Amino acid sequence: MNAKAANRIADAIVIAVIFIALLLCLAPFLHIFSISLSSNRAIMSGDVTIFPVEINFEAYKKVLQDITMLRSMGFTVLLTISFTLICMTMSIIAAYPLTKSYLWGKKFFMLLIVITMFFSGGIIPEYILIKELHLMNTMWALILPAMISPFNLIILINFFQSIPSSLHESAEIDGASHFRVLWQIVIPLSMPVIATLSLFYAVSRWNGFMDTLFYITDPNLYPLQLKLYQLVMNNMVNDLIQLEGTQLVQFLPESLKAASVMFATVPILLVYPWLQRYFVSGIMLGAVKG
Amino acid sequence: MNTTAATDSDRRMEAARHQRAITFLRRHWQLYVLLVLPIAYFLVFKYGPMYGVTIAFKDYNMFEGINASPWSGFDTFKEIFGMREFYVAFRNTLMLNFLDLAFSFPAPIILAMMLNELRHAWYKKLSQTILYLPHFISWVIVGGIVYQVFATKTGIVNTVLMNVGMEPIPWLSDKMYWVVTYIATGVWHSAGWGTIIYLAAMTGINKELYEAAEVDGAGRWTKIRYVTLPGIQSTIVVLLILKLGELVQIGFERPYVLGNVSVSEFSEVLSTFVYKMGLQSAQYSLATGVGFFQAVVGLIFILSANYIAKKTTDQGII
Repeated sequence: MNAKAANRIADAIVIAVIFIALLLCLAPFLHIFSISLSSNRAIMSGDVTIFPVEINFEAYKKVLQDITMLRSMGFTVLLTISFTLICMTMSIIAAYPLTKSYLWGKKFFMLLIVITMFFSGGIIPEYILIKELHLMNTMWALILPAMISPFNLIILINFFQSIPSSLHESAEIDGASHFRVLWQIVIPLSMPVIATLSLFYAVSRWNGFMDTLFYITDPNLYPLQLKLYQLVMNNMVNDLIQLEGTQLVQFLPESLKAASVMFATVPILLVYPWLQRYFVSGIMLGAVKG
Repeated sequence: MNTTAATDSDRRMEAARHQRAITFLRRHWQLYVLLVLPIAYFLVFKYGPMYGVTIAFKDYNMFEGINASPWSGFDTFKEIFGMREFYVAFRNTLMLNFLDLAFSFPAPIILAMMLNELRHAWYKKLSQTILYLPHFISWVIVGGIVYQVFATKTGIVNTVLMNVGMEPIPWLSDKMYWVVTYIATGVWHSAGWGTIIYLAAMTGINKELYEAAEVDGAGRWTKIRYVTLPGIQSTIVVLLILKLGELVQIGFERPYVLGNVSVSEFSEVLSTFVYKMGLQSAQYSLATGVGFFQAVVGLIFILSANYIAKKTTDQGII
């Protein structure tokens, strides 16, 4: 076999393997999507693969009519936006002073921050802290503990440092205060990084589940992931309890679970193209500078 | 005469330093104003809980609070090291992490090498877009999907198996098969995203090396073996060492969502154990102790890993 043919075969194998990987990534979503649109009979008898069987929109009707689901989605959107704004603001005001090499105490502050990357009190002391601060079942319990990510902070510091100091100096000569330099020069020039880090924060908050599990016990305040968890894993839906013989069986149609999963996934899918672009550039920033 | 001169100049230097401090603060007070809230954040929400670790050394009473609870020394730790569940959780943490390493670590490397060989740019771009998707899906949603796809009676995987005449496999209720499901889900979630850093490393390889290999008559596979792989070797080594440094840490969401009672012999890990002990059974001192143990051991691991990484490849994270 000559080299050209061997090359072609290698190409074909690579294309095929990648294609299988792509299918494996997409198939689960297509499957869940199909289930959400199929009839229960079809699901139970295993007829549903990638395409819906006996299409009906019952499941979606139920999900969209469920006020608790809509409330949960609304609350999560509000939470995510607030979280991102607060975190970004805090990260920016923390990063700017730390880029000044002449800042007294800079080494101390940096050490303070870096240590937290490698050691923490643990989830129990954090839980007790939230309890003592009376933040249980509030949005603040989901925002305050994670306000500044040291990882993101370092990316921001590195980027700020790459802004030519001549810009700072000419502004300072013109009498601009640090506040003004930050607000009118540094931030506008840093928009790409700020956009990327905002997305980092937003996605982590949107997908975050662990802290919501610990700190939100009021079902009216369940963020989306927690609500989904209760729904799908615990089958906690009161109006679908059926009596089978003498056994009380909680019955939640697979299609309803699937529709709920899709409901929670759609927002991520909608913003995915931007997510992907900014996240990848963010990783590059972190990897190259770090 | 000398001493007076010395104290005089000392005093002058003191005054000068004093003056410099005042000028500095007058010019740069705004920087400190900016730092007030962030530093307060770190002190309250990061160092506060570190102080709370003392609970592990006390007989914590919720009503008396941390300070009033009596000291109990290492009693809590003696209790922890006597619990069978602790060792099970510890063993599972190491086992699952190790298996993850065996499968989730090479997967992105192999995938990246294949992506690197793709000649059609559009196919490569499209593939990357699709491959990154699982990374953005929360573990709760992944769990929902897994519970549907791998369900024993109605899951599509078993449906396919039954259609080819095989018996359905209890992917989620038998502890051995559960480990397979757990690891496979991990690979699915992280393989695509993991290719980013390797592809970036590959673009850093000098193109002339490939050309030289071509001139020497190297085929596809030979080029990969002798140019690509060595080129990303240091990246692989650093990431591997860092991953080993995290052997004692384990996320909470993935084992919690994917695990269940019937497979708890393998699915209970340190993070879920701390949660169950602390937040569900309210055994705060015990749970804090386990968490503290994990943090300390984890720190030792990470520092050692970083040290080794620095020694072997001049790269580390600290």
